[in-house]
Amino acid sequence: MAEFLRFEEITKTFGDLRAVDNVSLSVNKGEFFSLLGPSGCGKTTLLRLTAGFEQPDSGRIYLNGQDITNLPPHKRKVNTIFQNYALFPHLSVWENIAFGLRVAKRPMREIKDEVARMLSLIQMTEQAQKKPAQLSGGQKQRVAIARALINKPQVLLLDEPLAALDLKLRQRMLIELDLIHDEVGITFLYVTHDQGEAMSLSDRIAVMHLGKIEQIGAPAQLYEAPRNSFVAAFIGDTNFFEGRVAGKASGDYSKLNIEGFPDVLCFNDKQINEGELVYLSVRPEKFRVSRDKPEGNGLHNVVPGRVEDVVYLGTHTKYWVRVQDYRISVYQQHSRFLLDEKTIRWNDDVWVSWHADDGFMLEYYSESDEKLMELPPEGVGSLSAPPEGRTEEA
Amino acid sequence: MAFRKSKIVECAVTAPSFFWLTLLFVIPTIIVFAIAFKPADPYGGVGGGWTLHTILTLSNPNYPAIIWRTIWISIITTLFCVVLGIPTGYCLARVSARWRHILLVLIVVPFWTSFLVRVFAWKVLLHPDGFLKRMLVALDVLRPDSLLLYNDNAVLLVMVYTYLPFAILPIYAATEKFDFHLIEAARDLGATRFQTLFKVFLPGIQRGLITAFLVVFIPALGSYVIPDIVGGLSSEMIGNKIAQRTFVDRHLPHASALSALLTLAVLVPLIAIFGMQKRKSKEPPTLIETA
Repeated sequence: MAEFLRFEEITKTFGDLRAVDNVSLSVNKGEFFSLLGPSGCGKTTLLRLTAGFEQPDSGRIYLNGQDITNLPPHKRKVNTIFQNYALFPHLSVWENIAFGLRVAKRPMREIKDEVARMLSLIQMTEQAQKKPAQLSGGQKQRVAIARALINKPQVLLLDEPLAALDLKLRQRMLIELDLIHDEVGITFLYVTHDQGEAMSLSDRIAVMHLGKIEQIGAPAQLYEAPRNSFVAAFIGDTNFFEGRVAGKASGDYSKLNIEGFPDVLCFNDKQINEGELVYLSVRPEKFRVSRDKPEGNGLHNVVPGRVEDVVYLGTHTKYWVRVQDYRISVYQQHSRFLLDEKTIRWNDDVWVSWHADDGFMLEYYSESDEKLMELPPEGVGSLSAPPEGRTEEA
Repeated sequence: MAFRKSKIVECAVTAPSFFWLTLLFVIPTIIVFAIAFKPADPYGGVGGGWTLHTILTLSNPNYPAIIWRTIWISIITTLFCVVLGIPTGYCLARVSARWRHILLVLIVVPFWTSFLVRVFAWKVLLHPDGFLKRMLVALDVLRPDSLLLYNDNAVLLVMVYTYLPFAILPIYAATEKFDFHLIEAARDLGATRFQTLFKVFLPGIQRGLITAFLVVFIPALGSYVIPDIVGGLSSEMIGNKIAQRTFVDRHLPHASALSALLTLAVLVPLIAIFGMQKRKSKEPPTLIETA
């Protein structure tokens, strides 16, 4: 695929803060590309550098082969959808959408035709004469999209465009954005801190942290094969275990020493050496809990635990299982109609098992890793966890 | 029920200011208009009966010339104040809070000195033997026989000096509320700096500009101290004529007639502006929450 928008060793500092730290990145033509990260990770700065609102301290930006690093914003073939929409309050919907063509001094007939086409794309032909103050959040959002698209940008920049909307509307606009992307075929560069948005919309995602890119990949890649503990923790929920590589097992598998656990098998694709400190990450849905000890085929890890909490969530049930010092979060599909099991309840003794391929070892990443070890049981999914001690029957 | 109650509350809240305005603004204005139709009495007071004589004397060709000059000087003053006020207000709104406080104090500090003293200070500064004049002559900018004082330019300079803060403050207040993302949005959509200024920024601070216009233009029309002190014979404004009729000629009806004329000259554009604004805000105020 042809790379279309390319960042070459971009660095941008604000005072002492390195907002973007030597970032290189390529976006393909027509791609829906997301910059994902917590606030302050540099994703918005990278977007503003692309729009031309900021100048990088060093590095170049290329768009379609042309060096645009020093072009002023109005000469770049990119348009932005701002987080707060930034619609012109003194202009009507029609005038807002027409703005780009008007300042380009295009003939009136063309402007009329194009605006009419955009109004029908966003289904707001009837609201053309309204002022932004008379519109709802979702309508403002659509006007902002139309206003940016009418200039036929080579790249559409979206700065947390859904952050100001409520949940219901957000989900709807998510679908609309996806449809618009399919329809216009423009490259989208999407900035968000919401991993759910990024996962559901993007072709590829760059996870950013402290001005650097941690990993670039398709959503499934980031979820199934995070490169480090930051990505693993940021994308989806996970359980972390601290251990040391104890030695090779058969094939690409290594044995792992985790305090209080029997030897744990794990796929070691990164060829981490014996004796290294590692974090084992296992996603909640990769675990199985059962009353009877499951029979493994040699590649299953099985540990005993006790159920501390059960949360029935309709599509699945969430268990908190105490295993030694760890409080493991487990998502399990219901098996009510399978014959083999009685329902697992609070305080039951159970076996927790997972396949060696479903855990991934991550090397020590940064000091903040210490926090990962404290947080997992209470931190991961804490939003949906009920208060301590309360239980729900599954 | 609720409607009637809120109506009563509204009236109760408005009554004091309404009473105040009536007592101190509406009634005096009516008195001024009424006196214009009274004959003068030889001792400087107002005589009995009614007459159109004073009004008719206003057709003297001197007056249109003075009124024209008054309006002209006021318009130029207002233009200078607004044009200087925009970048100043912009800077005030954009600098850090610390600097903003310092600059705002610097703008307001001159008001702590009497207005008259400040105008006299200008007279000293612009005086033929004054520091400024001598410096400009030394720098070969001015010829020794040119005058800085006692002409229209001096009036204009001191008027702009006097009214500039009144323009800066409302423009600053409007700029501070202005959403500067809009500037980025305009630039992003392809507008040049110039287009952004005229199509987005100035319309965005429109209210501040209108207020600045009104609070400079209206007092400027009525000013008489400044032309009196730094102006020459040919820079007389309508205010000077009113003062002259009141204090020198002791002809109150004539002074009243001129005042009435000035009041009308102010009221007519004012009503026109408010009429325009009202028509603008008449668009349907509906809010539709169906997205």
